[in-house]
Parts: sequence; C-alpha cells; structure tokens
Amino acid sequence: MSRRGTGPRLAVNPITCLAHGMCAELLPEYVKLDEWGYPILNGDPLPPDLVAHAKRAVADCPTLALRLDPTS
Amino acid sequence: MNGPILWYAARSTGIVSLLLLTGTVLLGVLGPLRVGSPAWPRFALAGLHRNISLLTLAVLGVHAATVVVDSYVPFRPVDAFVPFLGAYQPLWTGLGVAAFDVLIALVVTSLLRQRINLRLWRSLHWLAYLCWPLSLIHALGGGTDAAGSWPLLLGVLCALAVLAAVIWRIAARRRLAGRVV
Ligand code: SF4
Repeated sequence: MSRRGTGPRLAVNPITCLAHGMCAELLPEYVKLDEWGYPILNGDPLPPDLVAHAKRAVADCPTLALRLDPTS
Repeated sequence: MNGPILWYAARSTGIVSLLLLTGTVLLGVLGPLRVGSPAWPRFALAGLHRNISLLTLAVLGVHAATVVVDSYVPFRPVDAFVPFLGAYQPLWTGLGVAAFDVLIALVVTSLLRQRINLRLWRSLHWLAYLCWPLSLIHALGGGTDAAGSWPLLLGVLCALAVLAAVIWRIAARRRLAGRVV
C-alpha cells in the first residue's frame, strides 16, 4: 500500500456484524466483502483524506459493528 | 385565526405526512433485506429512510401547528403532544398525537443511536410498527376527507404497500433462518 497514513484503524466486531455490507459501499478503499457479504478490512492506519469517510461508515453501520481504533 | 386556508393546510399536510411516513416505513422494512442496486446502494436507501423520516416530522409539525392556530377547532398546543386530552374528536385526534409522540421518540433515539445502547434503540424502533397504523387510523377516522374516494384509496394503497413489504420481510427471514434480518 502506497498511501500509508497515521490515522485510526478500522476494526469490526465479528459477532455483531450481520453482513449488511454498507461499510464496503461507503469505504471501498479499505473494506472488501467476502463471498458471504462479511467485511474484510484493511487494518492499516487510514490516510487523512479517508478518515471522514470511515467515520461515516462507522456511523451508518446498521448494527454499529464497525469501529475506529486510534493508532497508538 | 380562522378560515378555509388553514383547514386546507391541515388536510394537505396530513395527507402528505401519511405518504412520507409510509415511504419511511417501506424503506425501513426493506432495508435489512439488503435490497439495493448499483444505482441505489444500501447506504443511499438508508440515508433516504433517515431523511424522509425527518421530512415527515417537519411536515407533521406544520400539520399540528395549523390545527393549533385554527381557532375553528379547540386544539391547544399541549393537545398536540399529549394524546386524548383535547376536546376535538378526542379518539381520532388522540391516535394521531400518540403516533406523533412515538415518531419523535424514534427520530430522537435514531439521531443518538451511536450514543445509546443499540439494543435499546432496536427495541424502541419496533414501535414504528405501532406508529404507522396509528397514523393510518387517525387519517382514515379523523380526516374530514377520508370518506371521499381518493383519500380513502390512498390510505388503502399505503396499507397494501406496507403489508406487502412486511410479508416480504417475514418470508425473507424464513429463508435466511438463523440470520437476523
Ligand atoms: S456495515 Fe456493519 S454490519 Fe454491515 S458488513 Fe459492515 S460492519 Fe458488518
């Protein structure tokens, strides 16, 4: 990945995620879906220009399974 | 204030909010079924669900305000929020006011969804299935147009649409047994 960032990292709670797939629509740069519709996240720190999109994906997840963890 | 303009405004905002609320409910019922297409992705449908619900609330605010302002009906500001208190058609109006209160609760908890317990939000959100029929009964029973043919037809169409969506959702849940939809 050439676009390394220092921002927060995406994480998903695999228990509460119900494969709504909304996150992959809102942040395709960092979220792909597996064949069952569950997200495969890129766990690298987000570049600054994607943080706002990531926040939107987190807020719009129907089960609030997606979160942003600060990079320590 | 008095006069037919207010009465027209109350009726038209009532009908429009019933249509908007029906649209909100349809999008809400179908949302978890993962309907969507490249042109209408799910996040757009979810955004539409939210925005139409906000619009519904705004139009309902005008609906209630016109009835309060219209001195022809004895309807005080407090009657717009506390059901079954007013002197004007207490049953039909009260049902509408109850639905209004439920809708306010649904919108507020949804706007705060990230800050409150998700289980609480979800259980409260089932009240949408109470809010919408209350509104429909309020419209058909209390609406002074309801006996007319097209408002009645509109109500029946709204009911059929929501019924079809709910049946679709129940059928989909059976198919995906075990997965919560
Ligand atoms: S939007 Fe939420 S529920 Fe849907 S796939 Fe992403 S993390 Fe899972």
